[in-house]
Amino acid sequence: MQIFLGESIAGQSAIGRGMDMNTQITIAGVDFKNPVMTASGTFGSGMEYADFVDLNKLGAVVTKGVASVPWPGNPVPRVAEVYGGMLNAIGLQNPGIDVFLQRDIPFLKQFDTKIIVNVCGKTVEDYVEVVERLGEEPAVSMLEINVSCPNVKEGAIAFGQKTEALYGITREVKRHAKQPVIMKLSPNVADIGEMARAAEAAGADALSMINTITGMKIDIHRRKFALANKTGGLSGPAIKPVAVRMIYQAAQAVKIPIIGMGGIADGEDAVEFLLAGASAVSVGAMNFVDPYTTEKVIRGIEEYLETYHIEDVRELIGAVR
Amino acid sequence: MKKRVSARILSQREMENGIFDLWLNPMEPGFAEAVSPGQFVGVYTKDRSKLLPRPISICEVSGDRSSLRLVYRRGGTNTGTYSLSLLDGQTCGTVDILGPLGNGFPVEKGKGKKTLIIGGGIGIPPLVELSKRLEARNQIVIGYRDRTQTFLARDLEDHGKLFLATEDGSRGTKGNVVDAVRENQLGADIIYACGPMPMLRAVKALAAELKIPAYISLEEHMACGVGACLGCVVKTKEVHPHTNVNNARICTDGPVFEADQVEI
Ligand SMILES: Cc1cc2nc3c(=O)[nH]c(=O)nc-3n(C[C@H](O)[C@H](O)[C@H](O)COP(=O)(O)OP(=O)(O)OC[C@H]3O[C@@H](n4cnc5c(N)ncnc54)[C@H](O)[C@@H]3O)c2cc1C
Ligand SMILES: Cc1cc2nc3c(=O)[nH]c(=O)nc-3n(C[C@H](O)[C@H](O)[C@H](O)COP(=O)(O)O)c2cc1C
Ligand code: FES
Repeated sequence: MQIFLGESIAGQSAIGRGMDMNTQITIAGVDFKNPVMTASGTFGSGMEYADFVDLNKLGAVVTKGVASVPWPGNPVPRVAEVYGGMLNAIGLQNPGIDVFLQRDIPFLKQFDTKIIVNVCGKTVEDYVEVVERLGEEPAVSMLEINVSCPNVKEGAIAFGQKTEALYGITREVKRHAKQPVIMKLSPNVADIGEMARAAEAAGADALSMINTITGMKIDIHRRKFALANKTGGLSGPAIKPVAVRMIYQAAQAVKIPIIGMGGIADGEDAVEFLLAGASAVSVGAMNFVDPYTTEKVIRGIEEYLETYHIEDVRELIGAVR
Repeated sequence: MKKRVSARILSQREMENGIFDLWLNPMEPGFAEAVSPGQFVGVYTKDRSKLLPRPISICEVSGDRSSLRLVYRRGGTNTGTYSLSLLDGQTCGTVDILGPLGNGFPVEKGKGKKTLIIGGGIGIPPLVELSKRLEARNQIVIGYRDRTQTFLARDLEDHGKLFLATEDGSRGTKGNVVDAVRENQLGADIIYACGPMPMLRAVKALAAELKIPAYISLEEHMACGVGACLGCVVKTKEVHPHTNVNNARICTDGPVFEADQVEI
C-alpha cells in the first residue's frame, strides 16, 4: 500500500490516489485513531509486544485483567492447542492493582494510544475497589469489566450468566466509575440479546464480546485432561462465526456500541465484525500466532476502504442487516 | 530483538528413529548471531489448523554465525512436528520462526570452572551450543532410553569428557544421569541441565547435596512465547518481580532458572 501524502493526521490516512479516508471512531465520547484494539489477556500490558508492533499505531491497548490484589492463577498446563484455535485456563493471574498502576500504566502512557483497563474480581466489592483506584488515573480512557471469564471458580462468570446479576454489577460499577464502562459479555449464555439489554439498561456505555467459549480437550494417549483446570476458554479463528453471530444479535438488541472480538486474524475478518455491528475490534489469540497481527489488521481495513472507495470506516458499522 | 522471520531450510534429515536434525538460515541479518545457548525459537508448522509456534531449543549456531541447528523429536502423524518433519530444502524453501526467545544458560558463570553438563533425552540439544561456548572443564553426562539412541553424543564428545547412562543399562551406566554422576564420582563447581522433569528434580537434589549452583532449563506448554499470555509459568520460591506472585514465565523469565529458585 502506498502512502500518498507524507503526513497523516490522527484518524485520517490519505492513501492510494490521494483519497481521504477516515478511520477514526468514537465510543462513549472517547476518540480512537482507528478501530483496532488488543483483546484483554493476549497482549499483556503492551510491553511484551512493543518489540514487534508500534503501539502508537493501535486504536487502544486493552490490558490483562487486573484485580484488587495479586492473583496467582491456575496450575499448569494452562494452554492447549486445538484445531484452528486454542484453549486457555490462565485463571486471571495478575500482579494486582498497585503494581499495575506503578509499572504498567506509566509504560503505556509513553505511547500515543488509548488505554483501556480490563477489571476482574470475585465480589462486587473487589470490582468496585479496582474501579475506584483506576478513577484516579486520568490516562485510563475506559474500563472493561470482565464478568465472563470461564476459568475462575468463584464469582466472575456468575455475574455474566444471569441477567439480574449482570444488571446489578453493572449498576454498581457505573456508580463508582469515573471513566466510561464497557461490559465484557460471556458467549456462554442462551440469549445474548437479553444479556446485552440488561447491561445497557444498567447504564453500560459499551459492550465487548465475545469472551472465550468454554471447552475441553482430552489427551487420549495419556488419558488425561489437556488442561489442569479440565475446562478452558476456546479462542482463535475456530470461534469467529460464533462471535459474528453474537455481535449481530447484540447489535440488534441495543443502541450502545460494541467492541467485537473472536478469532480476528486480518483486515477482512475485522470488516466482517464491523458489518455485523461492531464499532471496533480486538485482536486476541492471533497475536500469539503472528505478533504483527494488529498492524496487519489496521492495514487490511484501510485497504478494504480503499478498494471499495469508502471514505469513512464508520459507514461499515452494522451495514449488513 | 525478538522477531518473527522466515528461515531458509538448508537441510533436514532423520538422525535416528524419529529424531530430526534441521539446519535453518534465518533471512534476517544478525538473527543467529544474537543467539545464546539455552535460548529457543518458536517454529510455525505449515499446517494452518495448528496455530501455535512449537518451542524448540537452539542446538547449535553455525561457525559463521549465520545458521541455526534444531534437533527435535517428531510426534505422531497428527502433530505439528510431524508436518515439520516432511519439509525439506527442495520441496519447500522456508519455515517461519519466532525468536530468539528466553534467557539462556549463564555461560560466564562457568568460566574456568569444572562443570557438570547434564542432559536427558530430547533435553540434550541445547547442551551442544552450551558446551561449545563454555570455556571450562566440561564433564557431560547424558541419558537415553536405550542403545538405539545416541543422537548428539558425537557432537558433545568434542566439547568435554562424555559419560552415558541408559535406562536399560545397554550403554554406559544403568539408570539415570544422576546414577552416572555417582558411579563416576564426578565433582563440579556448577551444573547445567536440561531434560525431563524427574531428571531435573534429581539434579536439583544433587546440586543441593553438593552445595553447588545448578541452572536448569524447564519446559511447559506455551502460547505466545513472549511473556504476554501467562500460559507457561513455574512456581518460584520468592515472589517474582514481574508477576508479583510466586511464579515466573518460563518463556521469558526462563527457560533457564537457578534450581533452588523454582519449585519443581
Ligand atoms: C523451551 C523449550 C525448548 C524445547 N526444546 C525442544 C527441542 O530442542 N527438541 C524437541 O524435540 N522438543 C523440544 N521441546 C518440546 C517441544 O516444544 C514439544 O515436543 C513440541 O511442542 C510438541 O509439538 P508437536 O507438534 O509434536 O505436538 P502437538 O501434539 O501437535 O502439539 C500440540 C500443542 O502442544 C504443545 N506441546 C506438546 N508437547 C509439548 C511439550 N512437551 N512442551 C511444550 N509444548 C508442548 C505444542 O507446542 C502445541 O502447541 C521444547 C520445549 C520447550 C518449552
Ligand atoms: C490467554 C488468554 C487470556 C485471556 N485473558 C483475559 C482476561 O484477562 N480478561 C478478559 O476479559 N478476557 C481475556 N481473554 C479473552 C480475550 O480477551 C478474547 O475475548 C477471546 O480470546 C476471544 O478473542 P480471540 O479469539 O481473538 O482470542 C483471554 C484470552 C486468552 C486467549
Ligand atoms: S507462553 Fe505466553 S507467557 Fe509464556
